[in-house]
Amino acid sequence: MSEAVVPDAMASPAVGGLYGEKAGGPMVDFSYVGIDAILEQMRRKAMKQGFELNIMVVGQSGLGKSTLMNTLFKSKVSRKSVLAMAQEKIPKTIEIKSISHDIEEKGVRMKLTVIDTPGFGDQINNENCWQPIMKFINDQYEAYLQEEININRKKRIPDSRVHCCIYFIPPTGHCLRPLDVEFMRRLSKVVNIVPVIAKADTLTLEERDFFKKKIREELRANGIDVYPQKEFDEDAEDRMINEKIREMIPFAVVGSDQEYQVNGRRLLGRKTKWGTIEVENIAHCEFAYLRDLLIRTHMQNIKDITSSIHYEMYRVRRLNENNTHANGIPEHHLAAHEM
Amino acid sequence: MGQTKQIKVHDKGVRGLSLAGHVGFDSLPDQLVNKSICQGFCFNILCIGETGIGKSTLMDTLFNTNFENFESSHFEPQVKLRAQTYDLQESNVRLRLTVVNTVGFGDQMNKQESYQPVVDYIDRQFESYLQEELKIKRSLHNYHDSRVHACLYFISPSGHSLKSLDLVTMKKLDSKLPPVNIIIQVNIIPVIAKADTISKTELHKFKIKIMSELVSNGVQIYQFPLDDETVAKVNTTMNGHLPFAVVGSTEEVSVGNKMVKARQYPWGVVQVENENHCDFVKLREMLICVNMEDLREQTHTRHYELYRRCKLEEMGFKDTDPECKPVSLQQTYEAKRQEFLVELQKREDEMRQMFVQRVKEKESELKEAERELQSRFEQLKRLHAEEKAALEEKKRLLEDDQSSFSKRRAAAQLLQAQSLTANGKKDKDRKKVGSFLKQVSS
Repeated sequence: MSEAVVPDAMASPAVGGLYGEKAGGPMVDFSYVGIDAILEQMRRKAMKQGFELNIMVVGQSGLGKSTLMNTLFKSKVSRKSVLAMAQEKIPKTIEIKSISHDIEEKGVRMKLTVIDTPGFGDQINNENCWQPIMKFINDQYEAYLQEEININRKKRIPDSRVHCCIYFIPPTGHCLRPLDVEFMRRLSKVVNIVPVIAKADTLTLEERDFFKKKIREELRANGIDVYPQKEFDEDAEDRMINEKIREMIPFAVVGSDQEYQVNGRRLLGRKTKWGTIEVENIAHCEFAYLRDLLIRTHMQNIKDITSSIHYEMYRVRRLNENNTHANGIPEHHLAAHEM
Repeated sequence: MGQTKQIKVHDKGVRGLSLAGHVGFDSLPDQLVNKSICQGFCFNILCIGETGIGKSTLMDTLFNTNFENFESSHFEPQVKLRAQTYDLQESNVRLRLTVVNTVGFGDQMNKQESYQPVVDYIDRQFESYLQEELKIKRSLHNYHDSRVHACLYFISPSGHSLKSLDLVTMKKLDSKLPPVNIIIQVNIIPVIAKADTISKTELHKFKIKIMSELVSNGVQIYQFPLDDETVAKVNTTMNGHLPFAVVGSTEEVSVGNKMVKARQYPWGVVQVENENHCDFVKLREMLICVNMEDLREQTHTRHYELYRRCKLEEMGFKDTDPECKPVSLQQTYEAKRQEFLVELQKREDEMRQMFVQRVKEKESELKEAERELQSRFEQLKRLHAEEKAALEEKKRLLEDDQSSFSKRRAAAQLLQAQSLTANGKKDKDRKKVGSFLKQVSS
């Protein structure tokens, strides 16, 4: 039989020995073991495999969702409708459109999928407009689960789960609408929601601050936990960083994919008669913060929370409901859209 | 500023796109690495080799530390495995290292079952990971992965060839595990221990002999991966040096003006980290610095998946049912559960029936016994009555006799009295009386 022994004073022989010098006597040529070379190995492996990211954008038409995506990824990831305005129809029901692109930067390859939801919030009667979206998100979890419980499963299960849902709040300046509250309340339980104030160039700074404070209060009052969620903070350092972010959400963003000449430099912006709004200038709007949060610092964290918390919760729910079926073989898509 | 490369199409229907500026997701590998640093790493080595061949010393030398070791006796009745876990740290990397040693390997007189505890251990680790994965509420990212990532097999430096114990054990580490058809596989890295007892030429021949024996016996050892260009070249070279001939030592000897890890002999000093003396540095390079992640990956994506597939198939789960429609694990599970419940119910009914049967039998037995008892009682009673009747009869006869006797005596006395009064008729009467008396007395 084998016994596992974990010594209590775990640090004592190991830590000193790897780099230190012996007290007294000639300089010891302590060799370096090389455990930290594993970081390099991991990085190489990650670069080779590539990454996947699935972002969903939700908001009424005309709030600038596609433009913001294009600005974020500096390329035409969302194609705006090419139909002439007269022919453009607002869809009768909410559609879910998913478009994937392969992008690469400095050797890092990423498969980016932008999931658009045209028709959301555009009908006269918007009751239950979150249902198709909920169903889509749960379907992605279901697909992953099915793949995971296969006997012969793929080496890398393709990850189509929605990692992040950007919710566009129209810049009314007052408070959240019932539609916003309902949607965010339901979806924050299954996916990471990042609310943003769209077309923020219509708000002055004071109006913006007031609006943001109001939104934060309403989110708190309704028990809506948006990303970064308080309960998933891992340690004190995390909490500190995330608290700063939580004080700034929702980000007031302006999107643009056209460049203008400002002060001798070419910058992305919106040109108006009264001035040019620079998208990446944090004095003008908070696009840069959003980009940093989503892409440069918290992307891996967003994916981790999706896979280890939201997906696991879905899995637990799904496996439990199968156990409560007394007779017969349960259907697959039983409660996918009932949640 | 801009990337204007043309991107290949990777998936069907997925277009490549070029970026017009710096987006910033090139920090993604760094984010991933940072997360791993926070979580820490896990590495498990299994050392198989005879007692005293230098396993513990080699581990100490490899990781530059002093693990708690105690010398094992040579008199273990069976092979046992001892696993010890240590937390090591180097710069900001925390490693949870588990070293599993075989205790008593090769010491028994009969070594036929020596491989079994080793294979069982490997099987148990895969199984516990599978169980965790199949749980409903699971925490895989917190789970302490105890699956064996690398198996160092220590070969005795005989200079001739592999021992049969070595061949059998290594083959068993890569084969179906009876009685069920579960394939157990690990990354096997053979090393020649105590290599300072072999000369350079002998070593070369020995290595060739070992490799050819492994190949001819179908033993698959771990090949350093060649798919990544950065390490392909060094891995190819190293693949040609297998098996590594190592020397372990934690003692330091002063050579020149430095202290180096070495073994001191009267005829010289064997320096552990001198590549001319032994392959220790190569082993450390390959095992830790270059391929640790690959070892872990191979264990997870190849060996574990194979184990999982075999184990689930053996339990009766399939991906497609007889009509070749995809069947989910849950459906199969539900069906099996129904089967099981039905079976259970049937067994319960059977048991109940059997119980009722037994009770009936016992009842009839008892009734039978009762009846028997009753008849015996009747019989005895009858006998008793008969005897009593017989006795009564006898008594009556006796009483009759008695009464007739008393009657006759009375009559005789009367006659005697009469004879005394009538003397004349003496003679006649005397005769009569005499004969009468004779009659009476007879």
